[in-house]
Amino acid sequence: MTKKILIVDDEPNIVISLEFLMKKEGFDVAVASDGEEALAKVASFEPDLVLLDVMMPKKSGFEVCEALRADPARAGLLVVMLTAKGRETEVAKGLAIGADAYVTKPFSTKDLVTRVKGMLGV
Amino acid sequence: MKAKHRFIIAVIVLGLLMTGPFVVTSALVWLDMREAERNMLTELLLSRLPVGTLMTLFGFVIGVLVLHKLFKHYVEGLLRMAETLRLMLGANRNFRVTPEGPPEVQQLAQAANDLAQQRDALMDDVDSQIARAKASVEEEKNRLAALMSELAQAVVVCNLDGRILLYNNRARLQFKALAQGPTSVAGGALIGLGRSIFSILEKSQIEHAREVIDQRLAGGKLPISTFTTTTRGGQLLRIQMVPVLAASVDNAARALTGYVLTVENITRSIEEEERRDRALHTLSQGSRSAIGNIRAAVANLIDYPDMEPELRERFLRVIDDEVAKRSLVIDQTMSQFSDSLKTRWPLEDILGIDIIAAAQRRIDDKLKLPTKTEEVDASLWIKADSFSLVFALVCLASKLQDHYEPRELRFRLTTNGKLAYLDLIWAGPAMSSETFYTWEMESMQVGSDTTPLTLRDVIDRHGGEIWYEREKAAHRAFFRFVLPVSTPEAEQVVEERHVTGRPEYYDFDLFKFEDKSIDLDRKLSDLTYTVFDTETTGLEPSNGDEIIQVGAARIVNGRLLRQETFDQLVDPEIPLKPEGIPIHGITEDMVRGQPNIDLVLPAFHEFCEDTVLIAHNAAFDMRFLQLKEERTGIRFTQPVLDTLLLSAVVHPNQESHKLDVILERLGITIGTRHNALEDALATGEVFLKLVKLLEDQGIVTVRQALEASEKTYFARVKY
Repeated sequence: MTKKILIVDDEPNIVISLEFLMKKEGFDVAVASDGEEALAKVASFEPDLVLLDVMMPKKSGFEVCEALRADPARAGLLVVMLTAKGRETEVAKGLAIGADAYVTKPFSTKDLVTRVKGMLGV
Repeated sequence: MKAKHRFIIAVIVLGLLMTGPFVVTSALVWLDMREAERNMLTELLLSRLPVGTLMTLFGFVIGVLVLHKLFKHYVEGLLRMAETLRLMLGANRNFRVTPEGPPEVQQLAQAANDLAQQRDALMDDVDSQIARAKASVEEEKNRLAALMSELAQAVVVCNLDGRILLYNNRARLQFKALAQGPTSVAGGALIGLGRSIFSILEKSQIEHAREVIDQRLAGGKLPISTFTTTTRGGQLLRIQMVPVLAASVDNAARALTGYVLTVENITRSIEEEERRDRALHTLSQGSRSAIGNIRAAVANLIDYPDMEPELRERFLRVIDDEVAKRSLVIDQTMSQFSDSLKTRWPLEDILGIDIIAAAQRRIDDKLKLPTKTEEVDASLWIKADSFSLVFALVCLASKLQDHYEPRELRFRLTTNGKLAYLDLIWAGPAMSSETFYTWEMESMQVGSDTTPLTLRDVIDRHGGEIWYEREKAAHRAFFRFVLPVSTPEAEQVVEERHVTGRPEYYDFDLFKFEDKSIDLDRKLSDLTYTVFDTETTGLEPSNGDEIIQVGAARIVNGRLLRQETFDQLVDPEIPLKPEGIPIHGITEDMVRGQPNIDLVLPAFHEFCEDTVLIAHNAAFDMRFLQLKEERTGIRFTQPVLDTLLLSAVVHPNQESHKLDVILERLGITIGTRHNALEDALATGEVFLKLVKLLEDQGIVTVRQALEASEKTYFARVKY
């Protein structure tokens, strides 16, 4: 069964690349452009992994992650935070509120794919 | 026993000595004799008794006379000498014993006089040494005060009560810039000798800093404490405190007697630092996301070379878009934060014209080369390290003189946006760019003055540029220095009150000042006063006349402080009476737009805090203030002394006690009058003279002065 990935980012310029990349790698992909849409899409699309940007309008990535982790039904959902905030304090916060991985922009797409595949056991 | 009694006893003893042996011998012989011998002796003696008695009496009288003479010389003479010696010891140092009487007594007097002479010499020596020491202390004080007043740092010295003993001009300007409110209180309402520092700085922070210093002293560490505080106006001040320790031999137990505060307004530098941080952040963190987008797009393009052209086009557009956005951000950041990103060499704000003047002086002095100025923007401030910049200008002038022998040099100063152009112009042949390049890179030298710096270093230090340009038409060329323009803080253009004599920014006697609210039994000469005067629209406060000017000065420790003054025009909100204008010289134009009494009175009240008020004909001015009590809620509750009444106390028989008349009577000359501040200062001078005259009448305390004032005839006049 194909694994499903939800890409959450308000910047179309990164979404386009990630969407293309993940589709090429054989994943089923959906896109959300802000925090609220992300929560709705998680409910409807039921992804296995979320690529979550931190700085977004309406709800930040941190808030979305906390909301997802508050729902025991979604315990198995993997969250990878993508962020332009590279300070150690923010990395620590991301991991502390339940992100499975924290990737700082700019990142190597190859590494990201390897990482995602590893997490999903593909 | 008194000398007189001793004389009587001596006379009795003399009498006994003269008669005693004869009588005793006679008695013994009488007892040894037989009847017949006794009868014979009686007969013999009785007939000659008158002669014997006469001789004895004669001898006795001579004895008494000798005794008296001796007594007079040796006892009474010495007693007199003792009295004069006491006189020399106490009341009259210059008195001397007149040598008289017998030679022994005269010698004694001479010896005493010699001793007194020696004592006088010693005392004179001690006095002159004390006077010298005092003079040198005074000189040191003055030197310290002069030094402090020229310091570029704001310095305030306080005693343990937080009373200000000394401050410098910089501190005055610093705090004046901080002073809030609409009134322009010359000297700052907040800072003043004898005032509390706690009205400017948070008391708890000062106390904390003192504790830190105490701890550091106890721990044998460098006693210094630094803290940052915000003022009422939101300005950030960095304050450094060092202790003033009592001079003592025992180093370990030196008591704190006060502290020195250096105050630096860091609002600007903090803001600058924040801007720099923001710029750094925009350039670093802000780039992450953009580069992330580009990187992902590029990776896709590389990893999937066979993607459809349409998709390929989209990735390229992503890259193009992000790169364009980033370029824009970099441009914006650079222009927005250019000031903050500049070299960190400490540059000062300086008028461009001052740099030129300094360079002209040095070129004239060192090179004897005439200079002129052309178009010069006299109001242009630049950010510069003036020493190295002037050195560079003089060095270039010297090189030009060596190579091209120009007849004169000219300076020009213009602006172009945020840049200042400082041009050094000369007429002569063209120079090659190689030559100029060498000049730029050589260590600079002017005569025997050298510096390891190159012209390029100086330019870099200013974040500036320099180039060589020819004005072909005019057959001349110039070096153009491009330097950053600065907008200096407002405090640098504060106008100075013209005051003759040395400024009174210090009063070390306040180290002994004890903080007490006004005690009526303290000496007049010890108190702090505010002398004030008002100008009004007319003479009838209860008939609607209003205050149009308030002027005041402070008297601290018997000195009239001409720097700590209050000088404020007031908008009376009613038309001025035309007949009053020639008297006070204040016109409609001058008062309109000034703060009204509601704003001025609180500021004046703050200025007068903890002082006794003094005014000439105080009842008049106080009446105006009292009529405003209800409206402003400001009450002046301190004691008020009136120089008119005090003058009447001192000179009860004089007809007039008008200020002009008193000034003349007391020999005080004053410039202008009928300006509130000038009149207040005149009143202050009068008061200081009156204090001495009152003392002669035994009026020493404030209470006595108030009581004496009340009793004068003039006190019965009511407004």
